[in-house]
Amino acid sequence: MVTQGRVARGAALAAALVLGVSACGSSDSGSSPSSGSTPAALEGVGPITLVTGKDFSGNLQNQVDTWNQQHPDQIVKVIELPEDADAQRQQMVQNATTKSDAYTVLNLDVIWTAEFAANQWVTQLPESELPLDKLLPATVETGKYFNKLYAVPTTSDGGLLYYRKDLLDAAGVKPPTTWAEMKAACDKVLPTAPGTSCYAGQFEKYEGLTVNFSEAVNSAGGVVVGDDGKPNVNTPEAKKGLDFLVEGIKSGQISQKARTFKEEEGRRAFQAGELLFQRQWPYQYAKANATDGSSQVAGKFAVAPLPGLDGPGASTLGGHNYAISSFAKNKKTALDFIKYSIDEKQQRDNLEKTSQAPTWASLYDEQALIAQFPYLTELKKSIEAAKKRPAVVKYQEVSSAIQQAAYDAMGGTTTSEDALKKLQSKLEELTKQ
Amino acid sequence: MATTVDAPPTPPPPAPPVKQDRRAGTGRLAALLVSPTMLVLALVVAYPILAAFRLSFYRDNDGIDPETGLVQSGETFVGLDNFTDMFSGDAGERFRNALMNTTTFTVVAVSIEVVLGVLMALVMHRAFKGRALVRAAILVPWAVPTAIAGLLWRWIFQADGVVNKILDLDEPVLWTTDGIQAWFAVIIADTWKTAPFIGLLVLAGLQVISNEVYEAAKLDGASPWKTFWSITLPLVKPTLLVAVLFRILDTLRLFDLPFTLIGPGKDATDTITVIAYEEAVKFGKYGPASAYSIFLFAYVAVVAFVFVKLLGADVLGTRDGKKGR
Repeated sequence: MVTQGRVARGAALAAALVLGVSACGSSDSGSSPSSGSTPAALEGVGPITLVTGKDFSGNLQNQVDTWNQQHPDQIVKVIELPEDADAQRQQMVQNATTKSDAYTVLNLDVIWTAEFAANQWVTQLPESELPLDKLLPATVETGKYFNKLYAVPTTSDGGLLYYRKDLLDAAGVKPPTTWAEMKAACDKVLPTAPGTSCYAGQFEKYEGLTVNFSEAVNSAGGVVVGDDGKPNVNTPEAKKGLDFLVEGIKSGQISQKARTFKEEEGRRAFQAGELLFQRQWPYQYAKANATDGSSQVAGKFAVAPLPGLDGPGASTLGGHNYAISSFAKNKKTALDFIKYSIDEKQQRDNLEKTSQAPTWASLYDEQALIAQFPYLTELKKSIEAAKKRPAVVKYQEVSSAIQQAAYDAMGGTTTSEDALKKLQSKLEELTKQ
Repeated sequence: MATTVDAPPTPPPPAPPVKQDRRAGTGRLAALLVSPTMLVLALVVAYPILAAFRLSFYRDNDGIDPETGLVQSGETFVGLDNFTDMFSGDAGERFRNALMNTTTFTVVAVSIEVVLGVLMALVMHRAFKGRALVRAAILVPWAVPTAIAGLLWRWIFQADGVVNKILDLDEPVLWTTDGIQAWFAVIIADTWKTAPFIGLLVLAGLQVISNEVYEAAKLDGASPWKTFWSITLPLVKPTLLVAVLFRILDTLRLFDLPFTLIGPGKDATDTITVIAYEEAVKFGKYGPASAYSIFLFAYVAVVAFVFVKLLGADVLGTRDGKKGR
């Protein structure tokens, strides 16, 4: 019946249009009720669901099972979504727009916080009840929107500079901290290593390019979207950042092929010994060190913080946060479960079993863990200095615009100056309030 | 009791009404039997079209409250804005580019596929040893799901893929980056994928041409070339036109190949369906997305109409029926 009503309305509307009835924009808008600075108490105890992307580690179910044994009246059920991040987001958005109570705790990518918070799809969390001071401050920032906490970081991620230690050592070169040093190192080492190119990151036209572009701009002292929410990419600093990538392609230090790289293509190239330097996430460390013959660089590489224009660069923050759906029941249980999940013990377990970067700061300084994951120290530096990607509601469109600008400039179809100018006006349009 | 006695003498008069009743009854029964189908069609065809039509005149409010940062809810009636935006500004540029890609893909890919498809049909029609094997081999691409085919071709076309190994150029061709090479990659993959479809339909057409016509041509001393142009092609034309029409309609809504093979957001290969998907699913802007879809709907309808009128494609088989009688 409801559908028929809609059809009738649609048909009537069409008829009205055909008849040329002019209608001005009738708006049935109205801001959602605004919540105060102190969040409403989260109430309700009982079974909940945890909605997350595909869990490859298998450790998540262990954690949930332990919780379930301790809380038989507050069973947590895991709902696994597809592996693809876009598909996860789409299902969570659908759940929110239908106001379904099927999803309770949402495992959000750090870049979705603003969109979910601004639409009131997730509920504000009480900061005082959470051990936020024990977590890395940069990761906590990703869960905030307009100075209110909507999500708690469970895992983090930061970019690292992978480099071929064997080649650098042979040439007597120290790992670079600036782009100029990296270029000099390449000029010195590459002639002795045929078939190797200087640098690569994730340059295919997808979210990875947004990450790499933001890193380049931040590492040159610029910003993409400032703390005030205003875009500011038409600056000399941003141009220097983009030029690092564009000039790299032009001079051949970044191979043309690298423009088709996502994470996995780049990993294959690094493991085949085709790259001297590479910007990559920590997950590559174990795979590139595998001694089963899949990697030709096992034991021959090391990691360092990303280089920048005048000194160490700034990585882009990755990672995931837990948030509570506004339409869920049993929100108190949900909050308790989040507290349980981000606890030191769970995070240590998770790091040991899945090598996902934790958000609990002190774990990065434990000697036993550093012995197991030699990159932890560098990763902590990377995350502490990391900048988050634009915290804007229309993130998907902003990211698309960034990708367009960076991709065109790197492909040589436009100059970096024009690309940034156009990007600035697009971002202004997308972030205007 | 009395009526039963009276009735026998006059049986003929009631007969016509009974017949009419029966006819009306059958009509009612037919309507009853067809109604579930009509209901399902209304639900799965009519409703989505009308809903999309309605959506294309609305836009979600997306203003942000500067104080709280919250998004306004609801939607606004914007009249024809979603449609006029297709022809102005940034969004318009993107749409016209997608329209251009959609059209060029259709024209070029279908032309190549027709030639190859007819050739395949002629080969499959020939009686020779191993014919069954050739037929099966030609049909394999058609049986592969398009999304899977797109991924397979992505491997073939990637920077260190098979194509670049075979070409063996100094600098590998970056097929999956934006540019004319990406456009060609899609054409090649689409041709590989769907030429067998045309081949299959044309083969069916070839098989109903009686051998006597060919024998007569042979007796008259016609060359194979002449036989093809004057006998095979005209006789297979009705089938071929239907195949081509199906292919055109199919290619106009091309989505999976550009999406999986090249990836969305590339100017050289974005089709209307790809940008409609991005607007709706990724950006959550159902208004413009519906407007794109409505435009494509109209475009497909017009092309189909023109094709049927101009070339007389016999989609429903009516002409054959008339001729037969």
